[in-house]
Amino acid sequence: MSTNNESKDGFAMNPNDDRPLLEIKNLAISFSTPGGPVNAVRNANLTVMPGETVAIVGESGSGKSTTALAAIGLLPGNGKVTGGQILFDGEDLSKASEKRFIELRGNHIGMVPQDPMSNLNPVWKIGFQVKETLKANGLAGKDPNGRVAQVLADAGLPDAAKRAKQYPHEFSGGMRQRALIAIGLACRPRLLIADEPTSALDVTVQQQILDHLDTMTSELGTAVLLITHDLGLAAERAQKVIVMYKGQVVESGPALEILRNPQHPYTQRLVASAPSLASKRLESQPVEVAEGVNAVVKPDHSGARDEILQVKNLTKVFKIRKGLGRSEDFTAVDDVSFAVKRGTTTAIVGESGSGKSTVAQMVLNLLKPTEGSITFDGEEMANRSERELFKFRRRVQPIFQDPYGSLDPMFSIYRTIEEPLRIHGIGDAKSRQLRVKELLDHVAIPTATMHRYPNELSGGQRQRIAIARALALQPEVIICDEAVSALDVLVQAQILNLLNKLQEDLNLTYLFITHDLAVVRQIADDVCVMQKGRIVEQSTSDEVFNNPKSEYTQNLLRAIPGASLML
Amino acid sequence: MSENQTPESVTPEPRGKREGKISTRHIEHFVAPLEETPLQDIDKVSIGSEPLSMWAEAWRSLRKNPLFIISTLLILLVILVSIFPQWFSSTSPTACSLENAREGRAPGHIMGFNFQGCDVYARVIYGARASVIVGVFTTIFVVIIGGIMGALAGYYGGWLDAVLARLGDIFFALPLILGAIIVMQLPMFRDSRSPWTVIVTLTIFGWPQIARITRGAVVENRGADFVQAARSLGLSKFGALVRHVVPNSLAPVIVVASISLGTYIVAEATLSYLGLGLPSSVMSWGNDISASQISVRNNPSILFWPAAALSITVLSFIMLGDALRDALDPKARR
Amino acid sequence: MIPVFFGATLLVYFLVFATPGDPIAALSGGKPMAPAVEAALRAQYNLDQPFWIQYLLYLKSLVTFDLGTTFSGQPVADVIGRAFPVTARLAVMALAIEAVFGIAFGVFAGLRKGKAFDSTVLILSLLVIAVPTFVLGFVLQFVVGVKLGWAKPTVGAGAPWGDLILPALVLGLVSFAYVLRLTRTSIIENKNADYVRTATAKGLSRRRVVTVHILRNSLIPVVTFLGADLGGLMGGAIVTEGIFNVPGIGLLLFNAILKGETPTVVAVVSVLVLVFVIANLIVDMLYAWLDPRIRYV
Repeated sequence: MSTNNESKDGFAMNPNDDRPLLEIKNLAISFSTPGGPVNAVRNANLTVMPGETVAIVGESGSGKSTTALAAIGLLPGNGKVTGGQILFDGEDLSKASEKRFIELRGNHIGMVPQDPMSNLNPVWKIGFQVKETLKANGLAGKDPNGRVAQVLADAGLPDAAKRAKQYPHEFSGGMRQRALIAIGLACRPRLLIADEPTSALDVTVQQQILDHLDTMTSELGTAVLLITHDLGLAAERAQKVIVMYKGQVVESGPALEILRNPQHPYTQRLVASAPSLASKRLESQPVEVAEGVNAVVKPDHSGARDEILQVKNLTKVFKIRKGLGRSEDFTAVDDVSFAVKRGTTTAIVGESGSGKSTVAQMVLNLLKPTEGSITFDGEEMANRSERELFKFRRRVQPIFQDPYGSLDPMFSIYRTIEEPLRIHGIGDAKSRQLRVKELLDHVAIPTATMHRYPNELSGGQRQRIAIARALALQPEVIICDEAVSALDVLVQAQILNLLNKLQEDLNLTYLFITHDLAVVRQIADDVCVMQKGRIVEQSTSDEVFNNPKSEYTQNLLRAIPGASLML
Repeated sequence: MSENQTPESVTPEPRGKREGKISTRHIEHFVAPLEETPLQDIDKVSIGSEPLSMWAEAWRSLRKNPLFIISTLLILLVILVSIFPQWFSSTSPTACSLENAREGRAPGHIMGFNFQGCDVYARVIYGARASVIVGVFTTIFVVIIGGIMGALAGYYGGWLDAVLARLGDIFFALPLILGAIIVMQLPMFRDSRSPWTVIVTLTIFGWPQIARITRGAVVENRGADFVQAARSLGLSKFGALVRHVVPNSLAPVIVVASISLGTYIVAEATLSYLGLGLPSSVMSWGNDISASQISVRNNPSILFWPAAALSITVLSFIMLGDALRDALDPKARR
Repeated sequence: MIPVFFGATLLVYFLVFATPGDPIAALSGGKPMAPAVEAALRAQYNLDQPFWIQYLLYLKSLVTFDLGTTFSGQPVADVIGRAFPVTARLAVMALAIEAVFGIAFGVFAGLRKGKAFDSTVLILSLLVIAVPTFVLGFVLQFVVGVKLGWAKPTVGAGAPWGDLILPALVLGLVSFAYVLRLTRTSIIENKNADYVRTATAKGLSRRRVVTVHILRNSLIPVVTFLGADLGGLMGGAIVTEGIFNVPGIGLLLFNAILKGETPTVVAVVSVLVLVFVIANLIVDMLYAWLDPRIRYV
């Protein structure tokens, strides 16, 4: 109980203030759907003390957001609290009227939502949206515009008075999230519900915003209920962590204890899979390399592992139309060179706008480079004939990010996986069917699902189908463009393991495009870090993680949530 | 708030390692009993239900929609009537005698007679064919022309798209009825009036609407990852359009086509009413309504029955479109 | 929008003058014509010139309001000048009716999606769309005008505002149904938007959330529709004005078509296209005001 500790973390606490601010007891919530009621939350318990930060961690569909939204009376129309209590400062809100909630919202309970792009009304100025918050809660005062500027400045928005006169579309994602934080905290609520406040943002921006939120809430003495899918982030930002699984609380307790000593098997799984906490590459085929000290070992294998893909001085310039025939050049990819060795994984890491996906598109020959060359297995790819390109397609295959977009919803799983075989005229109907079954085995999908459609599968399952389709032509190189980014942690780990196993079995080469350094550590042998179209650092995975050279890489590494907690 | 809330605080401050927060309060470590929170396999494939394609799924929800059932039954009835009118009326619509003119209902003539002494019921039955022919064929032609134009413009973009967009705008500046009136009074149309000239006219001014809808749907789908994936599998650009983009763009086109079919029938009737549509020798609801004007004040039922038949037919197609929209709504899927 | 005007007038001009058949026969509606009239028409439309020249000269005559004469010898420009204000009045009233009632009903239906009011209004709107305007016109004229005697069944000289209520109602009814449905869809879409939830979370009253955050965003597509519909109303006026005997542009056009008075037809259609173009320009401006996102494009 050292006072030092308190002041360092910055939350001022009244020792007498030991009555819970929010206490959720045996909460049950159900949604009415056409297929009957669905229990989204069952028997959930949690306590938030004044000034405390409590994180709820869980996968999508775990009921974490639903629980929090119930506390501010914002369940969707078909959702209902069917049991238990939500005690806010001793008052039961589970049966509170809408009128009571309107009184509480804003100045007692605030909210910072998830997606900064869709949570600000596009047709009103930022200042207007802040001002109406103040007015609704009677806090606008004599100089509302000054107050608005102050609130925005407090949320870390530079040039706040001028920015208040702009519209949301003139703001970047990070700035919008700051505006939303300003709105959430404008009326100094005692409890702030932060629903995945940064998961739509780049890691470095995420870090800044969470740091700032920390500072503000501790200065105001606001308690925070933080909803997140990221256990590392939760452990780093909260005193207490609640782990939810399928609508139930499976474990709760002090953040670091949960992280270091998880008791429930689900939590153990979560800790084991959390990429941000992983410190080494998954076991994989080039075992010697993974265990080897560093790149010095690699040249020994050069005979066996030639460079299957070489990219030299690759540049892509887009013309951006500015109306009336004028256009501006935008260099998305600027003089990028790298090589990928056969049977290994090379990751290209960068934040949004770094040009990493444009590189992938050009390597896949879906986009023509402005300058530079791409050599595949010793052959220059530019100016190839249609026929040669058609052959090339068999050897290089993509897996895309969005599992909901990469499968044609009109094609059954069988047709989806059979399509490449059909396009390339491989085998007859019977042999193709055998091949499809074999491919489904590879990705651990029961062959009984063969005649189903993508809309009946989960994101991870769809991604496995996409992998099966990519494997159908026995390619040598697979380009994974953010292939696991949209998936829940456990599913993500499962797919990464699958990719790793396939690499081992089939001697595949991966070019892995991602924004997530943590994932890179688990799967890549070599890493290129991209920023604004250029490669700023390029080395082996171990080298990049243990001894980052560029400042940008260092920033990226530092921004991985929870990275330092396990050590 | 502290003073350092200046823009500089936006740049990341190197904080070094973050250690997490340690609470000064005692926090209980709660673990739910495993039997209450059983673990399931990660991302298990459920194979309980029956596999359903998008169309099968739509069909399943349509089957339960009363709007769909009613409209489909009505449409089937109208089509049957238009093909085999003799099954429904034993009276000839042309066997008229002036002595019956404007008579009320009589045995065997449940809707009475019109001002020329023709049986109204028989005329309503035999008048269906013209409306159905005009509606169905106009829709077919409009979907073919508008669909192809819209799909090519949306998929290939560039100058083709620009030209077609402008062309569509120009046709949009002339409302369907107005444009049709102008065309129908041209000598080449006026002198050879028949259902087919009406169909051609309505097609000329109807295709841009379908083209717009198709274009929008195609643009939405052309950049989809599954199209990119198919292209990287080696499928040609046109192949991807036919196999992936078009099937996924059909839903809104079907919905709009169904509703448009109703509006084409209305347009035909309006033209006939104005004396510019079907020639009076062709039996049609529009012509009969037009003719009933003379005696509407004395005998409203002469107007009522063909108008009701027309309205119910149009309503069926619009209701069908509405039901299809609900069933095929992409937001309801997934 | 300017290219649309030229394109549409060119289209009309082309249809009337360049399709097979003797244009002069077309101008006369197939009726025999005095040689003097025929010569005057040839001069008016410069029929001895190539098509492009004809079109350009025609544009010139449009700009200078030198639109030729009717068969009875009146300048077409004058005739249009008398009829146009009547139709403008009628169309504005129809537009007001469909906008006010369409938006009001649409908002209430959308906010109460799935309730009795919503379902009733939805079915009724389908009915309104399905019944052709000329049938609706007859029925209303007969019931309201003749049987009940609440309004004059036909419009008197000078077309006073009061007389136009019934025709405006008939003219606006179909579009009313479309506006209602569009507003409803738009409201339903927007009321589940993330920013609406955020607005509620700020502690705003329900009333403010609806008016400030749902309504304005939902009106954007409705305004676009209303603008485009002004052209449609002008077209629809042909039927409505015929039924109620309104001395407006629609009746003028209809009579001109029946008489085969092509100079009037072409001139009236050109005016209607111009109205459509101007209405769309206004919509573009309104749109920019309602939706700040497009101002900077």
